[in-house]
Order: sequence, then structure tokens, then C-alpha cells
Amino acid sequence: MTTRDELSLLRSMGQIDRRGLIKGAAALGAVGAAERMFGGSAFAATPKKGGALKVAIGAGSTSDTFDPATFTDSYMQFVGFGCMRNCLTEIDNSGKLVGELAESWNATPDAKTWTFKIRKGVTFHNGKALTTEDVIDSINHHRGPDSKSPAKPLLAPITTLKADGDSVVMTLESGNADLPYLLSDYHIAIMPSKGDGTVDWQSGTGTGGYVVKKFEPGVRAYLERNPSYWKSGRAHFDSIEVLSIVDVAARTNALTTGEIHLMDRCDLKTVHLLQRNKKVNIFEVTGSQHYTFPMITTQAPFDNNDVRMALKLAVDREEMVKKVLRGHGMVGNDTPIAPSTSFYVELEQRAYDPEKAKFHLKKGGAEGLTIDLSAADAAFAGAVDAAVLYKEHAAKAGITINVVREPNDGYWSNVWMKKPWGACYWGGRPTADWMFSTAYEAGVAWNDTFWDNKKFNQLLVAARVELDEAKRTELYKDMQLIVRDEGGVVVPMFANYVGASSDDLTHDKMAGNWDLDGMKASERWWFA
Amino acid sequence: MATAAQNSLKLLGRSPWSARFGMLVILIYVATALGAPLIAPYGETEIVGIEYEPWNAVYPLGTDSLGRDMLSRIIYGARNTVGVAFATTMLAFLIGSIAGLLAATLRGWADQVLSRVVDVMMAIPPLVFALLILTIVGTNLINMILVIAVLDSTRVFRLTRAVAMNVVVMDFVEAARLRGEGLWWIMRREILPNISAPLAAEFGLRFCFVFLTISALSFLGLGLQPPTADWGSMVRDNATLISYGDITPVIPAAAIALLTVAINFVVDWFLHETSGLKE
Amino acid sequence: MGPILKMVAQRLALGLLTLFIVSLIIFLSVEMLPGDITEAILGQGATPETVAAFRRELGLDVPAHLRYLAWLGDIAQGDLGRSLASKRDIAELIGGRLMNTLFLASFAAIIAVPLAVTLGLLAALYRNSWFDRGINLVTLSSISFPEFFIAYALIFLFAVQWDWFPSIVNVNSDTPFWERVYRCILPAVTLTMVTTAHMMRMTRAAIINLMASPYIEMASLKGLTRSRIIVRHALPNALSPIINVIAINLAYLVVGVVLVEVVFVYPGLGQLMIDSVSKRDIPVVQAACLIFAVTYILLNLLADILSILSNPRLLHPR
Repeated sequence: MTTRDELSLLRSMGQIDRRGLIKGAAALGAVGAAERMFGGSAFAATPKKGGALKVAIGAGSTSDTFDPATFTDSYMQFVGFGCMRNCLTEIDNSGKLVGELAESWNATPDAKTWTFKIRKGVTFHNGKALTTEDVIDSINHHRGPDSKSPAKPLLAPITTLKADGDSVVMTLESGNADLPYLLSDYHIAIMPSKGDGTVDWQSGTGTGGYVVKKFEPGVRAYLERNPSYWKSGRAHFDSIEVLSIVDVAARTNALTTGEIHLMDRCDLKTVHLLQRNKKVNIFEVTGSQHYTFPMITTQAPFDNNDVRMALKLAVDREEMVKKVLRGHGMVGNDTPIAPSTSFYVELEQRAYDPEKAKFHLKKGGAEGLTIDLSAADAAFAGAVDAAVLYKEHAAKAGITINVVREPNDGYWSNVWMKKPWGACYWGGRPTADWMFSTAYEAGVAWNDTFWDNKKFNQLLVAARVELDEAKRTELYKDMQLIVRDEGGVVVPMFANYVGASSDDLTHDKMAGNWDLDGMKASERWWFA
Repeated sequence: MATAAQNSLKLLGRSPWSARFGMLVILIYVATALGAPLIAPYGETEIVGIEYEPWNAVYPLGTDSLGRDMLSRIIYGARNTVGVAFATTMLAFLIGSIAGLLAATLRGWADQVLSRVVDVMMAIPPLVFALLILTIVGTNLINMILVIAVLDSTRVFRLTRAVAMNVVVMDFVEAARLRGEGLWWIMRREILPNISAPLAAEFGLRFCFVFLTISALSFLGLGLQPPTADWGSMVRDNATLISYGDITPVIPAAAIALLTVAINFVVDWFLHETSGLKE
Repeated sequence: MGPILKMVAQRLALGLLTLFIVSLIIFLSVEMLPGDITEAILGQGATPETVAAFRRELGLDVPAHLRYLAWLGDIAQGDLGRSLASKRDIAELIGGRLMNTLFLASFAAIIAVPLAVTLGLLAALYRNSWFDRGINLVTLSSISFPEFFIAYALIFLFAVQWDWFPSIVNVNSDTPFWERVYRCILPAVTLTMVTTAHMMRMTRAAIINLMASPYIEMASLKGLTRSRIIVRHALPNALSPIINVIAINLAYLVVGVVLVEVVFVYPGLGQLMIDSVSKRDIPVVQAACLIFAVTYILLNLLADILSILSNPRLLHPR
């Protein structure tokens, strides 16, 4: 359904304590993932082995492959990242960064040179032992001129990558304390090297908890438990069948009729009806996935901050959360920084104020404003409805919005960052720096508002090198204020991840960095 | 003139109950479509309440996912949907039947050219064709009517040609040819009356297929532009509710079904009259 | 039979031409779609640099007409090529799905065609009776509902409420035949409901259209029963339009069932096609379209042959 989960995980890493991080493998920054359960699932204390799990994911396509550089949606994330393979690092279910195939790591104080010690005694599904060569080739898979990987820009700062005994040493062009977080990204999975500098992604061999036995792209994947999985107390199911069921009604019906045990992305319109079913548990995680309406600020009328301000004031966020998210989320405040993100500062909540919007329109000389708003449900579930609501709200401020429903097909390449004003979503839970330098810094690839604010750019660079926490907080507060009041993006709401499972499935506390327990339900959950 | 009117009245007097019912329903739909702003309690896109209100005195059919009055949406939907479906079907029949008659009457190379063009168009799955073209040209109302009409006209063409072929070889057509009648005259006066029955039957169905096509396109995210109320998209938007036994999505679908049945009852009557059977 | 064989040969030759034109149209349309496969696959993660690298890897930096000619050369040798997105052999990719599609289409056709023709004959026989009106009402209502809606309704009743049939098909190549039939019942019934009305009404209309013909009146004057008149005298002459509408519906069953596939999670060709269009995977779209086109051309040819056989006047045109 959506083709843009891409880099969200990269932007989804929790809080980062720079000095603590540089020091070692220890657990760092807690991600404040609020988890809410209803439907009454008990947390069973000890996991039990066995059972054949059937999962339905609301994504997947016949064009899917095992190449992690082409993973675009949650289907291959669940199969490739959640079942088949491991990364160097992992974000655990409490939001802490822990080592996965890297046993430990350390960095020079300038965070420029990083040494990752590779775990010993790990074997791939085909029996081959994990070596530094596998790690290096797997990372190089995303680098170099021929890389088509969305992880490429994030690994670009790596200048050299070499083995040193049982460690891998990475040198960066400039210090980056976030590197270990980066390496937990689902793209950067470790695959067996072919020995010629390339990796074998074709066979699907990995070090993960499940061995892929059958794969029909866009239909199903069948995996069996890896009998020699190196993690203890993980991967409890005998087998997992992952179905691609894009139609949400079909997915829900499959769950209620017992064809599957677990599904992602409930239909928010009907989740209150599903909840009445005693055999179904609904789980919900509040993250910082947010829905936005970015305006291209280099084009009229959005080059006029009064127009932007008027539009920000002309939306009733409460009603949007209520009607589009059916309450499964919270109102946004025109910044991408969620309360759970590092350096979040509580700013005064912007409210729906048609009169003030009129004032800004008059001030900006844009009375009687008429504009197009492009939307498709590919942008986010309910985007067209949200745009229609926006139209109704803005009408009261004297703004005429023409909702243009764009085809879902090709939305990200034809509409997003091409049409002056549209709908968009950003997933995951970034650090403030991560979020800003991904989509708000002038000139970066995903700056979808083409926003270029000198003061903001200066503050962003300053904050990266500032080590004093109080000063840094002040800098990020200023940045959030600038984005809120001068930025080109309307952030009306933050959306929860809402999924459902059968009542015989149980789990510990759920991770908030990603849907389906950080996409690791496959190895963290079990049958009661 | 007066006799024509009298004849029609007489015809009407003889009509069976089903046809009368059909005509009544069509009249009501037309009146609803024309008088939508007068009849509807609320505006087409006006958000009047909270979402999914149950049926009650204020909102007789409840509200939709955004809190718009269902009854008003359905009334306005009549205007948009019936208008679009009618325009599309007429256009499709105009193109399809003329081309079909030409092919059947002229035969030879004209038939070959037209049939091969239609073959090519029909050989491409209609939904995929519509998806491709609408994605290229954009989904506005006019494009949608044109694309669906052209796609539908290929089906009309095939049927027209097939039934006309049987008529063209009849002796009276041959006689007309020998009399030196023009092509247009033969098509209109000799062939068309003799194939009007299956064409009428097809019209009744094609009309409702337009709703279905719009609905299917909205399933793929390519429907009419929101917030316009149209029944096809309304069925789609609320379809998931049916998994919980909620009948709200049935209403726009039932509105389509009732109209289809009504039109086809009238068509049946027409079929009966033109068949010349007196029983 | 001579003229018919000649016609078949002619039509098959024309069929090849049709296929060529179809492939050209599809290629051009997909090329004209905004965005290409690299942007579609990389989605929001696309940067100009990665898109360029991906294009080089897939050979998309070659001009379009050369790529089309290369494809045409391969297809002439019976090689459908490889999917751009997954690098898999297309014949292998499509094979299983084609079997699934044909299975479901035949299943539905086996129920729908005899049912529709029988109901149409009965409706014509007892026209304007309560039976006729009732049948019309039921079939007309059933096609007035969009197919996905009928599917949801059937799932609600037969899977969720009564638990008689599974809500999703979920079959693979190892599924035993009867298990497959069982799991396909709901989609087959959905398709039957969608197609029956069209065929039934055309049968009825075509027969009623002939009932006033002199030879039918003659037959009834001879005192034959109505059912005998309809089956023996009217039906043979009404076959042409009936066969045509059946052909159209059979083609629809093979080609047009995307939404039913989506709702029942059935791995058929339609789904593959839509996926490939949205990913701009041209070779796969081409291959699927060619299969659909071949199906259509063959069904069409068959319908025309049967029409001609059923009307000797067409067989020997003056």
C-alpha cells in the first residue's frame, strides 16, 4: 500500500547521548515509547517454543526481492529484517541500542573512527561462519557509485572500511555519534560474502532466527526456525508464514476467521468494531510517525510566510485526529519533533483560528486565496479524507482549497516534492538532529518543502558540535520554534501504529521504534 | 403530433406494472438529481456532526466517516452519478452502435479495419487500460467519461455488429440495397429497428456497468474527485463496514441496484413491445 | 468448411498483428506514465544519484525504441525475458499465476454459463410471469453491486458469521485439487453472480426478439409446445448474440478479476499486472498483456466461428 517506509527506521532511532554512546556497547538513551494495550493480553513470563505462526502484512509486491537495497515496505522488512537476517546493532524492545552481530564497539573521542568487534561463533543458515569480510561486503553493498540503496546517503560519510583482526574499523569524514544507531537499519543487514567483494543476497541466507524455505513475491514467504540460532531465548515459532494481504478488509477478515494470527495496520474506521471480538487483541504503539502537508516554499503563494501561517491556522487538528485517526494519535504542532524524541521542547500548541488566519492572509496580501491540495491514500491512510476536512476548515477562514485526488500509483515519484502542496507521511522516531538534517536542512535530498532558512541552518550545525546539554536544548528549542512559525510544513497529527493479533499470541513489552514490535515480533513473540 | 402523444398515452396505459414501477423510479431519480439542493437536508460536503452517527431523527441515514449527512450525500450522489453514467452510456452507444452498423453494413475492408481496431482495444484488459490512460492524462470528470465511454463502446460495437450481421443478410436489406437506398438510410431504417431489442437490453446493463467501473476505479484510487458525492466511491469508502454487519454501505449500492432494476424493467417492456408479441 | 478454415487462418494472422499493436501500445503507455521503475521501487527513498545507478543497472539508460526492439527480438524467439524488478524469469513468474487465473475462471464459468443460459431460456419461456420478474430482479440486483462489495458480503456471511468457507483463498502449488476447489468457492460464486445477469439477459432478449418471426408463429400454429419452440427453433437462431456475450464474459473472467483477487488474496494474473504497472516493470506488464490479448483473440475467434456455423447465411455470403 505504501511505498515509503524507506528511511524511516534510520530516522527512528531514539534519544542519543553522545558522550555515553562513544564509550561503548552499553545500553543508551531510552526511547519514550508509550505503549497502550487494550483487549487484555497478559504478558506471559516465560516464552514457550513451538507453533506455526501466520502473519498478514498490509504491503508486499510481486517485485519484491531479497536484496535489502530494494526493501521498500513493511513486508520485506518483516521477512528480511525481522526473520532472515541480523544487523550489527539492534534497538531492543525498551528502545535501547544493543549489539547484535557486533558484540561491542568503541570510537575515538572525535567520533570519527569506529571499531566494531564482530560476534564470534555465529554461522549463516548454510553453515558458513560469520567473518569481518561478510560485514564489510554487506555494508559496501550500499556504498559506491553503483549503489541504488536508500541507505547510501547515510553511509556516505564513511571514507574507509577495513578489517582489523576480528573487528571492523570505519573511518568517517566527520564525527558522527549516531553511527551505531544507523547500523541497526533494516537495509544494512549482514549477508554472506561471495568472496569477490559482493554479497549473496539472492539465496536469502542470513544469520537470523528463521530460514526461508519458500518465497513467492507479493504472495507469501514460508520460513522455518533456524535450529542453530545464536541468540538464546529468541525465535520461538517452529515456522512462520508471512502473507501479503494489502486489502485491509481482507486482512481483518482473515484474522477474525482464524486464517492468520497477526496483522499490521488495522482499519482505523472499524477498529472499534474489531475490538468487540473477544478472540482478537488490538495493540497500539504511540511513536512519532507523523502525517504532514508540505508546501514547496520556493513557489508562490507558499513563498509568503503569511500564507503558510494562515494555512497552519486554518486546520482543526483536534477534528483531524478524531476523524482521520479515529483518536489513535495526537495533534501535531507543525514540527516533526514528537514528545518522545530527543530535545523535544513543549511549545504552545497551535489552535484552529480562522480569524487569525484571515488576519495573516490580509497582511500577506493574499485574501481570497484559492489553492490546490494534492492527496492520495498512498501518502497515508485517510489522506484524501484529511484533505477534504482541511478544505472544510479552511473555508471558514476564507481560503478555498481544491482537493485533487492523485492516483496512488506513482504518488511518491510524481506528486511528492513535485506538486506545490500535498500530503505526506514520515515514519519512525528520529532524534531532533536526525529529523532536521533529513528533511529540513537546506539542500538535502528529502527536504520536501525546499525550505532554506539561514538562521535554522546555522543553528543546526551549531547544535551538532555543542556538547553542553543546556545550550544544546536551547538551540533545538529555537529550531523547533523556527520550524513551527516559519517552516513550510503543516503537521496536523502524529499517528499510532495499530495492529491486531489472535488471543493465543503473547509477548513482552513492545518496542516503539517500528510497527510489529520493531518488526521483530517474529523472534520476540510466542504462542501462550 | 397529437396522435403521437395519444399513442404514447395508450401505450402507457397498456404497460405492465413492472414498467410503470420502473418509470416511476426513474422519474423519482431524475427529480432527485435535478432538485438535490432543494431536497437534501444538508449540503453535499458540509460536515454536520460526528463521524458514523447511527440512524436517528436528525440524520435519517446517519453520517459518514467524516460526519457528513449520509442522506444528503446520497441525494447529491444521484445528481453526480446518474448524470455521469447517463452521459457515458449515451456516448458509448453513439460511438459503438454507429461503428458497429457501419462495419456490418459495409463489410469488407471497413469491417476489417473497425473490427481490428476494436480487437486491439478489447484485447487490453479494460481496468488496466483505464488505469494507464487515467494515470497519464489525469482523473478529471471529462477524462473519466471519455475513457469509460470509449472502453464501453468497444463492447457495444461487438454486439451491434454481431446482431446487425444477421440482419444485413436478410432479403429486405438486400432489396433496399437494390432499390438504391443510401447507406445511412439502410442503417437507420432497415437495420436499426431490427436490432434495437438486444441493443436496448445492452443499454440497461451498460448503464449500470458505468457505476461499477467508477466504483472499481475508486478501489484502485482513481475515482471521481472528492469531495463530490458519487455512489460508486461511497460504496467503496464504506465497504469495510460490511465485515461487521453494518448496512450503511448497502444504501448507495442499493440506490444503484434499484435504478438498474427500474431501467431494465422499462427495457423489458420495450423489448416486449418491439418484439410484436401480443400476449 | 473451406471458408471457415480460410477465415481462421486469416484471423490468426490478424491476431499476430493485434498482438504486435497491443505490445506497442502497452510499451508506449507505460513509457508515458510519469516516473519509471527505479523511482517506483525506491519510492520516497530515491535520490538522483541512486536512481541513476539503478537505471544503469537495469539498462534503462538505453533509448526506448532500442529497448522495445530488443524485447521484440526476444519475444519472437519465445523468450518472455526477465522481470526488471526481481530479475526472475517471467515465464516462471507468470506460469503459476496463469494456472490460478485459468482455474478460477473455469470454475466460475462452469457454474455461470449453464446457469445463465438456462435461466435466460426459462425467463423467455415464462416471460412477464412472476418467475421472469423474480429472476430478473435477483440477477439485476446482483450485478448492480460492485464485485468487491459482493465479495465482502459473501465473506461476512459464509466465513465470518457461519464459518463454512475460508475468508481468503491462500492456495499454493502443493494444495490438493479438492482443497483448492473448496477454498475457491467464494470467489467463484462472486464471479458467477457478477457475470450471470449479463449472459442471462442477453439470452432472454435474443430469444424474445425472435419470437415474433414468421417461422416461430408457424411452429406455434403447428401446435408445438412453447418450450419445444424455444429450444428447437428460437435458440439456434439466437445463438450468435448469446455466444458473443458468453465470449465477452469468459474473457472478463480471465482478464478482469483483479478486485476479486485482491479481496480473496488470490495470486492470479490480474494482481501481478496491477503490481507491475505500478512498479513500471514493463516486461512483466507486456507479458501479462500478451497473455490476456491471446485469450481474448482466441475466445473471440471461437465465438465468431460458432456464430458463423450457427447462421448458414453468414457461411455463404452473397
